Amino acid sequence: MDGTVLNISGLYAGYGNGNILQGVALEIGQGEIVTIVGRNGVGKSTLMKAIMGVLPVTSGDIAFIGRPITRLSPDQRAAMGIGYVPQGREIFPELTVEENLLMGESINRTKRRTRYDIVYAYFPILGERRRQLAGTLSGGQQQMLAIGRALVGAPRLLLVDEPSVGIQPTIVQEIGEVLERINAEEALTIVLVEQNTRLIARLAHRGYAMDKGRIVAQLTCDQLANQEALVRYLAV
Amino acid sequence: MSLFVLANLLYQFADTMAFLLLAALGLIIILGVIDLINLAHGEFIMLGAYLTALSYNWAHLPLLACVLVSMVGVGLFGLFLERVLIRRFYQDKLGALVATWGVSLILSQGILIVFGPSMAAVPFPQWTVTLGSSSFDGYRLMLFGTAIAAVAVLWWLLYHTRIGVQTRAAMQNAEMAACLGIRVRRIYLLTFAAGSALAGLTGALYAPTTTIVPLMGTGFVDVAFITVVVGGGANPIVGALTSAAVLSVISTPLASISGTFVGRIGLLVAALVVIRFLPRGFSGYWRDLQRRRIAAAAVAP
Repeated sequence: MDGTVLNISGLYAGYGNGNILQGVALEIGQGEIVTIVGRNGVGKSTLMKAIMGVLPVTSGDIAFIGRPITRLSPDQRAAMGIGYVPQGREIFPELTVEENLLMGESINRTKRRTRYDIVYAYFPILGERRRQLAGTLSGGQQQMLAIGRALVGAPRLLLVDEPSVGIQPTIVQEIGEVLERINAEEALTIVLVEQNTRLIARLAHRGYAMDKGRIVAQLTCDQLANQEALVRYLAV
Repeated sequence: MSLFVLANLLYQFADTMAFLLLAALGLIIILGVIDLINLAHGEFIMLGAYLTALSYNWAHLPLLACVLVSMVGVGLFGLFLERVLIRRFYQDKLGALVATWGVSLILSQGILIVFGPSMAAVPFPQWTVTLGSSSFDGYRLMLFGTAIAAVAVLWWLLYHTRIGVQTRAAMQNAEMAACLGIRVRRIYLLTFAAGSALAGLTGALYAPTTTIVPLMGTGFVDVAFITVVVGGGANPIVGALTSAAVLSVISTPLASISGTFVGRIGLLVAALVVIRFLPRGFSGYWRDLQRRRIAAAAVAP
């Protein structure tokens, strides 16, 4: 638990002329799994995109391992070691599974080696379907591929945006187990945007609740395990 | 007798297909990867022809060396142009049209001012290949071989190299590719340079077959655009091959019976018919088919 991986202060960002994020501030430490919860449309995915650099920041600062990245492009941020598993998975449907994984290699240019070993060990199905076009995978397998693609590049921070959406419960469990193991075994820092209360309770060390583009509460592990309390922040 | 006619028709077909492919390749690769229409494509071909004429007649290089000079020279010019101008228009498709059109005007008029209305010709290499009772131009057969080889090299680059897979990833989802650390800007830079180098190659290879004048690019660019529109940018390799093959099958008999002009009209009519039914060309149709197959396979298990 040495040091801060991600530090965000006073972040305003959004699409076009309106800011969706209204002054977000948070801090994520090395080896933590931190969840961001909130109703639909409060800016959780927007926050992830702003961290990745897909959305321009209006004002505020983002620092990654002590270095400012607010003005860097997405590929520069990825090269520093941010792995991104976006909402909707965004795999490359007309590339093979293997080619999709290959695309993760450009993440974290300081890494010593790529992590195909982890990916194929954690998701054996991806190894079995290496030569298949990724678009032909089931939704759950595509989610595994999106996570595997990020893990290949040995990221120092993994951003995972709603991995459980549209996926059958057994596979959600499997994905939860992998994220839990990789955090325990490799001390990988994970920021998880999620609505699935069971997955949150299982994985998160602590959390932030968002509303209307702001962080409105910090949640402890116990609070996150309390389904009724959690539902209050998730309810529409 | 019929064998002679068949061989002759095949030869004409190969000659037309080579011309369509070489004229269109540089344009279709830039369209497919960057989604940018380079209106200066014909002038890049013209530059290639001028570089070959200059290095042949002034520097007395052998023709093969001249072709390499043209490819590298126009490729480097493309690299330079992308850095200083083209990349500023990736978010502005209409602006890109105007900018590349401006480049084409500057190039053709600039060449006219510097070198005058015409250029010393490059002699046509006379190799004759005889097959039974008929004889063919070896150089034109070589053009066909070069066109096919160029497609093969592009295919190999796109499907069997890391940067090629990155390029296809960027074609499918540029934003996600960037989020994985892929330098999409650099891919665009290299693609534009490669498309320019292909235009340079075309200009160099056809320099011995035409008169070298500042406006010669227009003779290539109309055919190039017809081929690209019919082929579609969804998959540059599939698009260029199918479109050049189909169009040359249609226009070759017309041209050999009624002359080049009627052949060109045939090309245009064929293009109109194709885009009426396949608005995104052969490769757009092919990609839709593939996507439907993918969707069907994803539902099945």
